[in-house]
Amino acid sequence: MNPYLAGFLLGLVLLGTIYVTGRGLGASGAVKSVVLSTVVKVAPGHAANTPFIKSYSEEHPDGPLKDWLVFEVIGVIIGAFFSGVISNRVGIKLERGPNITNRTRIIAAIIGGAFFGFGSQLGRGCTSGAALSGMAVMSFGGLITMVAIFGSGYAFAWFFRKLWLK
Amino acid sequence: MGPLVPFIISNEFNLIIALIAGIGFGFVLEQAGFSSTKKLVGLFYGYDFTVLKVFFTAGVTAMIGVLLLAQWGLLDLSLIYINPTFLWSALLGGAIMGVGFIIGGFCPGTSICAASIGKLDGLAFVLGGGLGVIVFAEGYPLVKNIYLSEAWGGVLMNEMLGMSKITFAFLLTTVALIAFYLTGLLENRVNGIPTAVNKKKKIIYASSIGFAFVVLAVIAFFPDSKNRMEARINKNVVQKDFTSASVPADKLASEIVNNYYQINIIDVRDTAAFRVYHLPFAINIPYAKMADRQWEKILDQKHKINYFYADDQQVAAKAYLLAGYLGSAENYILSGSAINFRKLFSNLTSPGAEANKSEIDTYNFRQKAATDMKMLVNALKNSSEPVIAKTTKIKGGC
Repeated sequence: MNPYLAGFLLGLVLLGTIYVTGRGLGASGAVKSVVLSTVVKVAPGHAANTPFIKSYSEEHPDGPLKDWLVFEVIGVIIGAFFSGVISNRVGIKLERGPNITNRTRIIAAIIGGAFFGFGSQLGRGCTSGAALSGMAVMSFGGLITMVAIFGSGYAFAWFFRKLWLK
Repeated sequence: MGPLVPFIISNEFNLIIALIAGIGFGFVLEQAGFSSTKKLVGLFYGYDFTVLKVFFTAGVTAMIGVLLLAQWGLLDLSLIYINPTFLWSALLGGAIMGVGFIIGGFCPGTSICAASIGKLDGLAFVLGGGLGVIVFAEGYPLVKNIYLSEAWGGVLMNEMLGMSKITFAFLLTTVALIAFYLTGLLENRVNGIPTAVNKKKKIIYASSIGFAFVVLAVIAFFPDSKNRMEARINKNVVQKDFTSASVPADKLASEIVNNYYQINIIDVRDTAAFRVYHLPFAINIPYAKMADRQWEKILDQKHKINYFYADDQQVAAKAYLLAGYLGSAENYILSGSAINFRKLFSNLTSPGAEANKSEIDTYNFRQKAATDMKMLVNALKNSSEPVIAKTTKIKGGC
């Protein structure tokens, strides 16, 4: 799809969401919701002793099954899968730079995910929740988070070029 | 008026909305090619700026749309979620996310898309994300100070730059267009092949840009719905005759005594004046705040009759007109001011011996009404306290 058209459509989805619900889109919050609720279920004693998890479960007494972002991400999975089906892109695959092994790619993805997961908690939102949704409502916090994400991406791109380039 | 949740759409149904919004979100992200990590990191190595194009177009589209809906009076900007600013945690968190982006090749939303269509690296990134959340939760005491420092609240970009929202919107749209142009040049250079833009595409691009600026100009130069309503009220308040909508104090007093449960008495003066004196059972809705969401239940209903009063007859008339625009309730104005009402129903002096029958009747009526109102107010003290309705601020963010 033409990137500008995709952007326009994404903007309309975001606008519709803001109009109906008063809030923007997100992604990392759903990961947080699922992970922390799992910790509460699996190790309730430990969760009660960890201040961040404790305050989270106090704020969300209904658990992940009543969390807005969890439902939204379930939708993302459905929507992305549907898009993959009609564009013939569904299938077990691993995408990596030309000079690394599959194993390196998986490890890098896990490490990168961990950085992103940690950073999104510290920065109160990821590219979707803070940067994109923040831009739509002109939030200063959202915009500086966006600048920091992409600025740091460029700053470190050279160091990790072997992961991606020839 | 939006947002529709939780006033028009319940919080339970909101979860279905979340699912639908998510489907749209996931579909567009995947269609844009964001399930491919090569496309995503292309941004950082200069060979593919799709991320920037999609991201900026989406942000600008939504931003202009939000302003347009607000101008039409369809969206109440004071209720929508604004990501709060915590300066250091936003910058440091963003920097850490940037590292994650360049190592992992995804961001959370795109990794979920990738995992959905079977990309194992996407799945690994999602699992890594969960790991990162656990590390943060466990290590929270160590970063707590950074996490909570420099809390500025929901400040807006335009406030920081000292400009109006619309000026900032113009600015950001222009920046986006310049970025599209420059990254296009860069992309061609890095890839060594110029992308051909045919005539049809050029026309579409030019007209889309034109359209965006026309919408911005409309927002900038046309009065918004609030101003239009204000102008209409100011015109009508002079021209219209309010005799049929006015109710004398005695009539209202008898309504209070006999039908207090069927009427709303609305004091549109400011809160200070309301505190000094107000009519029995009166609710304080200052004129400037009448359009607030929390009063919708009073101004737009068909069960109770609304009586408006102020110190100034014209203010009461304006409130009456505004109430007519805001809702479908049956509205009246109290003739005379609050002070007048107070004079009539407190410290009554009995008429002299030479008073005629109608004067004595009036005195007796007012005397009885005053006692009855006092009695009623005392009897219903608990239920007649002005109800402080809370407007729920919407929660959001990741």
